[in-house]
This record gives sequence, structure tokens and C-alpha cells, in this order.
Amino acid sequence: MSDTLQQAEPVKSPPKGEPVLAIDNLSISYFIRAGEVPAVKDFTLTLYPGEAVGIVGESGCGKSTVAMAIMQYMGGNGGIVGGSIKFMGRDMSKMSQEELRQLRGSDIAMIYQEPMSALNPSMLIGRQLLEVPLFHEPGISEDDAWTRAEEMLAKVKLPDPARVMNAYPHQISGGQQQRVVIAMALLSNPTLLLLDEPTTALDVTVEAGIVKLIKEISAEFGTSMIYISHNMGLILETCDRVCVMYSGVAVETGTVKEVFDMMRHPYTRGLFGSIPLPTADKNANPLVPIRGQLPLPYNRPDGCYFGPRCDFFEEGRCDDPKGVPWLTVDEASGHAVRCLRWTEIDWDNYTPDMEQHPPNEPGEEVLHVENMRKYFEVRDTSLKALFTGKASRWVKANESISFSARKRETVAIVGESGCGKSTFAKVLMGLETSTDGQIVYNGEEISQLPVTRRTPRQIGSLQMVFQNPNETLNPSHTVGGQIIRVIKKFGVAKSEEDVHKRVDELLDLVKLPRAFKYRKPRQLSGGQKQRIGIARAFAGYPPMVIADEPVSALDVSVQAAVTGLLMDIQRQYDTTLLFISHDLSVVRYLSDRVVVMYLGMIMEQGDVEEVYAPPYHPYTEALLSAVPIADTSIEKREIVLEGNLPSVLNPPKGCPFSTRCPRKIGAICDEERPPFRDAGNGHVITCHIELEELSKVEPVIVTKSPGGGAGEKAPEPAE
Amino acid sequence: MSQANATDGTVSASDRPKGLFERTIGSIVLLKESPVGLVGAVLVTIFFIVAIFAPLLAPHHYETFIMPMAAPLSTGPNGEFLLLGADLRGRDIFSRLIYGTQRVVFYASLATFCAYIVGILMGLAAGYFRGWVDEVLSFLANVILSFPVMVLFVLIITSIGASGATIVFAVVFASAPGIMRIVRGLTLDIATRDYIAAAQTRGESPWYIMLVELLPNARGPLIVDACLRMGYTTITIGALGFLGLGLPPPFPDWGGMINETRTLAMGGFWWMPFFPALAVSLLVLGFNLLADGLREVSLRD
Repeated sequence: MSDTLQQAEPVKSPPKGEPVLAIDNLSISYFIRAGEVPAVKDFTLTLYPGEAVGIVGESGCGKSTVAMAIMQYMGGNGGIVGGSIKFMGRDMSKMSQEELRQLRGSDIAMIYQEPMSALNPSMLIGRQLLEVPLFHEPGISEDDAWTRAEEMLAKVKLPDPARVMNAYPHQISGGQQQRVVIAMALLSNPTLLLLDEPTTALDVTVEAGIVKLIKEISAEFGTSMIYISHNMGLILETCDRVCVMYSGVAVETGTVKEVFDMMRHPYTRGLFGSIPLPTADKNANPLVPIRGQLPLPYNRPDGCYFGPRCDFFEEGRCDDPKGVPWLTVDEASGHAVRCLRWTEIDWDNYTPDMEQHPPNEPGEEVLHVENMRKYFEVRDTSLKALFTGKASRWVKANESISFSARKRETVAIVGESGCGKSTFAKVLMGLETSTDGQIVYNGEEISQLPVTRRTPRQIGSLQMVFQNPNETLNPSHTVGGQIIRVIKKFGVAKSEEDVHKRVDELLDLVKLPRAFKYRKPRQLSGGQKQRIGIARAFAGYPPMVIADEPVSALDVSVQAAVTGLLMDIQRQYDTTLLFISHDLSVVRYLSDRVVVMYLGMIMEQGDVEEVYAPPYHPYTEALLSAVPIADTSIEKREIVLEGNLPSVLNPPKGCPFSTRCPRKIGAICDEERPPFRDAGNGHVITCHIELEELSKVEPVIVTKSPGGGAGEKAPEPAE
Repeated sequence: MSQANATDGTVSASDRPKGLFERTIGSIVLLKESPVGLVGAVLVTIFFIVAIFAPLLAPHHYETFIMPMAAPLSTGPNGEFLLLGADLRGRDIFSRLIYGTQRVVFYASLATFCAYIVGILMGLAAGYFRGWVDEVLSFLANVILSFPVMVLFVLIITSIGASGATIVFAVVFASAPGIMRIVRGLTLDIATRDYIAAAQTRGESPWYIMLVELLPNARGPLIVDACLRMGYTTITIGALGFLGLGLPPPFPDWGGMINETRTLAMGGFWWMPFFPALAVSLLVLGFNLLADGLREVSLRD
């Protein structure tokens, strides 16, 4: 079979030795009221010493269940119904509870997604770390354990380990907490480390630091790792091999390079087609969402679970109830795929029919923000504050924000958490009023106008799409009822008949069946709820819509569909879109202009191509370097930011970025606000460094081979 | 795994909006998951049916003189069957209990309902507006809650005089602050949801947001609490009757019935206070079990 492949790339020889972990045909089910729900079926994975294997898939695909099964920790209603897990050659299902307890946390350690909930908030970090050696190494003295713990904190690059040992979890930042969790896991010198989305809750620049640390750990300690993530880019950066899961089944496995460059399963292909890689372009090369929805665990189709969503589905073969066996693509590297038709699909000549669009021609200016400031007062009622007379402090959430947006344009505001992007949206929507400065929208000054004092026309002309799909709709009312309320409120339609016609129109617009208007939000999936949220925002034909992280809570394939939809509607309605996001990949894909914010200030703004190429603001440069990109042909310059985000209560006096800036030029950065440097065409960089200097900076992201992409490429020599 | 919904895009029967009747049936079917809750529901339903059909179910009028001190299961002079015996003044205890049920159920429901209206409005305002509104309302609530409840009742009723309206007023006064605290907590949480922000950004008035957008989503814990509070109110009404502060005689009142006859119980006439006391216990038990069951079912989903 493998002769259909041109000569496979030479891969590093399979690691020697006994496998650390051998999972064989593992099946896991949950037992609920309705009966048995298979969560994972027929899962096989072998992990050799020192190897890092990634498990990647969308939510509900069973990747976390696998991790829990490895820990033999299934909760009250879960159970392994088939197959075996062998750890260092021993069958884990035959171990006693006591043996498992010894194993967990010593030989097998796990790192969870939320560092704050992994640490006990009422215990000193030192004491929590101490428990590990004290429990697993009988006879160790408390002093020795303390020294060991402190050394480990230094190894995970925590500044000032002695201080951290004597701190409570809430006193350190999220990134530092995750480092503590990693230190705790490493303290017992585990053979196997399970990482379940270890950076998902962190900001992208913090994530970059953790990822770097994880890579160093595997090099230094030789720990075998299983890295679970939904983010393909992170898998590429951290793992040797990868296993792609879909609906409880592994569909493709192999070395990272091979799976990423020569994916053979239509689902893997679909996943890569939905990721906004640098090569994607919203007009010329739009993302291709996977159609349909993930089947429910008790509602899976016969045969290949991906069948109903697959373009290459063949009746009678792909829906054979016997299921799909593993087929070897490349024996030497262990690349295998669960697709009966993988040899028949010609990926080279496969172009999904996605409409191409001419670029939007921006029209007249719709929104003009000039020197907008928003300060929040924080009252300190402590005695100390009374004595020192500093009873009130100011949080400078937004500091001199100036930019404009034109008709039909997509302006992205991008930044990490706490940069003030959501505060800006609130001021714009009238949920807060600005402290100073102007916001002119459609020729009217609205910065001091709270929503309660705006006219229905003003309100209807500026609407918002919210972040969390589970919160955007009121769970107590039907979908239709909620849209009807908006239509009536904005006076779009008067008679009952017209109102219902408009509801149907809006549901058509977001490509949902009209019958959905009778449904309650809980009967909808996350992506569908977000579509309703979009329909609601567009009900009053607004000239401008603010989208606050509209896709960041969605899976990548759904993300692609929702962004695509948003842009289709934008084209149809000539809407100005203000897109607030922390995700630089999505921003690059869909925006025309970008505003980069840090600690309430604009660091850089300009057209998307200009912001993503030199001259960069040093912060933009670091952000770009931090974003993981799931493309093997891309090479990034590594810039890892030191230190933490300063507190908004006590921001640096000069440039807000001065405390972490790798290109800091001296005292001037700490003392003075940086000047606006105009690079032409509205590209403005707020930095003390001269533009000429900044222009000399090498691009952060370089494509290694021309014409690269996620597709198949000519074989190239191994590094 | 958290999103369990079957949405394949086709129009199915489940797309039709459900009526109130269907939903009520649905919740009762859910309750069968909790045997405890089912027992509570049956008890409470029995008492409510008795209350509604009291004049039809009671064999005698509550004032009719039949046979003084008659023991349970005895027969009166005119062949009247006295299931639970008769009291000092020869009145049928069974009939008096049934009429008493009517009173207790009516006033407990009315008082709890009124307390909820006041408590919900206060709680919504405090949790939604926050700031000084919250400070004033929370301060008031704390002041009232710092008094022992019984002292408060006695104080109110002795100063205004015993009547049905006074009992309702006293219960509202004493329980509204507790309800307010629950509603306030729920409001503080729900007010941060995006759908509330969505309502704000389309210019809805604060009370529309509180009553239409916010309150329906707080209903789960409130229904459970209402059941418990019905139980408390039943005890309160019984206790007030026992202290002679209940509904004025001659209308039968469970607490009053116990009080009138408690000295006789020592003399062998145990049935006179026993059955009213049993009625109070069963009704309170019913409410508490129902609340437990509802909580169990709501937690499971």
C-alpha cells in the first residue's frame, strides 16, 4: 500500500527500549441514566522513553478521557470496557488501589488546564510542594524536601524561588502558577508526564514561556510526555508524534512532520483547512469549515464516524458496521490512518469549492475615536490608605485611544487579557462612559452617552456579538422570542407578520433552519448559539457590529464556519466590523486593519500586512513570535518575554511595555511616554526606538520553502 | 461532552414550543427519579386537595356539637362516626382538622407568596443596581434578621392584633430579608452573563432586564427555597396558634387546637392534641421532602 507514497521521508529511527506506556485497543464508556455512552473506542498508543506524543482533537473527542484512563481515575460513572493499559509492562487494571495511589503523582504525573484549581488556595506553595517528596519518599526529612522543592522551582525558571515557596497561589500570576504545577509534577521525577491543555488558560506570551519550559524538560529530564491539546500549533512545537482523535476514535497517527505535511485522513485534512494559517486569506484563499456537526456519543453513524461529514464518503464501504481498521501509510515511521479510501483520494487536485471574493473596498469613515480615556476609580478603605491620604486610586483601563474605522472595513483590536480591549467595547456600547476624549460614530459624539440615553436608532445601529456561546442567549427564552424582542425594540418591523418574516430572514442569514426559532438555547450547540448571537446583532441592520472574541470559545472547525459567516454577512450588509480578539492568527486572517493594545494603550496600528511585517513594535514582534503555527514550513524567531504583566493599578510611568521589552533602550523607556511614529499609510508605532532601527528587524515568521502550506510538499532533506 | 443536544437541522416534533401543561407533566415525571421527593409531593398534594375540598370532605361542620371527649373511632348519639374522636366541646376533631388544613394551607401559601414578591423585588434591586441601593437594602435586611424570629412575630401580632392579615404581614416581614439575600446572590451572579449585557446594549429598562431576563434564570434555587419556606411558615402559623396569636376562634387552627387541649392529654385524652400535631408534622415533612427531591433532581441534570 505504501508504494502510493513517493519515497517517505527518512524519519528518526524508532526509539529503543521497552515502551513506557502501551495502550492497546482501549475502550472507555460512561454509564448514565440513558445507558452506556461509549466515550473512547479502540484506542491504541505506544509511548517510548523520552518521547512526546500529542493527542489532538476537538472538544468531546475523548482526549481527556484517555488521560483519565491512564491515571485509572474514571470517576463514579466511567469504566474501561475493553483493551488494556500497560505502564512499564504492567497491566494497570490489575493493580490494587494502593499500588495505583503510589503510581499517581510519582511515576505518572499530570498537569491540568487550570493552574488555579490545581493548587490549594489556602496552603502555602512550599507546603504543597513538600507533600510530594514526603508522601512518595518515606524517610526524607522535611528540610531536605524543602530544599528539593525550592531547587525544582528554580529549574522551572521561577524568579525568586524562596519567595514563591512562602507565597499563596493567589499571590503569583497564572503563568507562575502553572510553573509551580509543573514543578510539583516533576518533583517526584515521573517516568510519564500527562499534560492536559496546560496552556489553554494562559495568555499567548505566557504560553510561549511554558511551552519553552516543557521542551526543555523533555530534553533535560528525559520524561516521556503525553500532550493533550486542541491546538495543532502547540503539538508541532512540543511533540515527536501525534495522534488525531475524532469522536472517541483515533483517526490518524504518525510523526508530527508526516501527519502535518502528508495528512491522509479527511478529518485531519479538514482540521488543517479550518486553521487560519498565515497562508490563508479571507478573500483569495478562505478557510474551509468542516460541514455538519460532531455526532453525539450515542448517536454515531455506522462505519467511519466521520462519514456523514466527509466529501469522500462512499456508500456501502464507509458505512460498513464493522468499522474501519488501521491502515498503514508508512511502516518505518508508524504513520497509520483509519480511512478505507486513503489511497484513492487525490489530495493534490482536491480544491474544496469555497467562494472567492474581491477584497472589500472601504468606504467613508464611520467611527472616529480621538484620545479616548477610561479610568476606573478604586477606593481603598483600609486604615493605611486613610492615613496616607491615598484613599482612591485609578485604574487606567484605556489611555489615549485614537483610531478610526471605515465602512465595510474590519478593524481588529488585539491584545492579551487586561489590555483594555473589552473596556473599550463597553464604552463604545454605552455600558460605561468615557473619562475623556471623543468617540464620533456616524457623525454623532457618543462617548458621554450611556446606552439608556441613546436613541433607539443609535442603539440599533451599534450592536455586539458576545464571547461565550453558553451565555450569549438567555436560557429561559426561546431563540425566536429573543430575536423578536430585538426586532421590536429597534422598530425594524411593526406588524406580527413582518416581525416573523424578519426572524426567518435572519435565521436564513446565519444558515440555520427556521424551525430553530422554537428551540431553547440548550437545544443548540455552541456554534449554533453563536450564530443566533450574530443573527440577533444584525437584526436592526446595524452599520457597525462589535464582535468581542466571538469565536475564541469554539472549536477550530466551528470557528472557521462562524468567521466565514460573519464575513459573508458583513459583505452583504456593508457592515463595519470591530473585531476584538487575543488570537493573532484569526486577526491576521480576517481583518483589514489591526490595533495592538497593551495595558490600555495602543502600541501599534495599521493595515494588517504592515502590522504583521517589519517595522514592528517590540510587543507586536513578541506576540507574533509567541503564536504557535501549525505549519512545518514556517520558521519563527523565538522571543520569550520575561516577567509578568504589570498591575493595571500600578502601570509603568513611561512606556507600558518597558518592564518586559527585549529591545528596551534605556531609562527613557521607563520615564517618558513613547512618541507616535508614523510609518505612513496610517501605520503608527508607539515606541522610543527610531523607525529606521525598527525597520532593520528581521521578520519573525519566515516560510522555509516557497509555495508552502498545509498540503503535500516535495520531500526535503531532514534537518 | 457538556453539550448534550441532538441538532441535526431537521424539523422534528420537539421543535414545537411546549405548553405549560406539558412542562408541568415533565417536571413531575422528573421527580420520579427521587423517591424522597415523590413522597413529599404526595403528602403536599394530599394536603392541598383536602384544603381545596374541605367543605365537601369534612363529615361535620367544625362548630357542630356532637359528643364531648369522644375517643377515636367512637360513634355519636345520632350515629355520627367520629374517626379521630371529639374535643372538650364535643366537636369532631377530624372535621376541625380538615377545616384547619384549609386555613393553614391558605395562609402559608399567601404569606410565602407575598414574602417572595417583596423579597424578590428587594433582592433584584440590591443585586442589580448594587451601590447604595444594595447597601440600604442589605442593612435593613440585616437589622431585621438580627431579631429572633419568634420575638418578632409576637411583637408584631401583639401590637396590631391577631388576624389572618397580620399573620401574613408578620411572615412577610420576617422572611423577606432571607429571600432577599438569596435573590441578591443569584442576581449578582446572573447579572454578569452576556445575555444581560446584550439586553443592556439594546436599551432595555432595568426592571425589564431584572424581571424578564434575569429572574427566570434564578427560578431553580428559588423553587426549592420556596418549598422549604412553606414548611417554616406552616410551623410558624402552628406556633402562633399555640401561643394564642393565631387565627381568632372559633375557626379551627391546628396550633390553637393543640393549645386548648394540651393539659387534657395528660389525663388520658391524648388524641385531642395528638392529631393536630401529627398534621403539622406531616405537612412540614412533606414540604421538606419535596424540597430535597427537587434539589436532588435539579442537581442531577
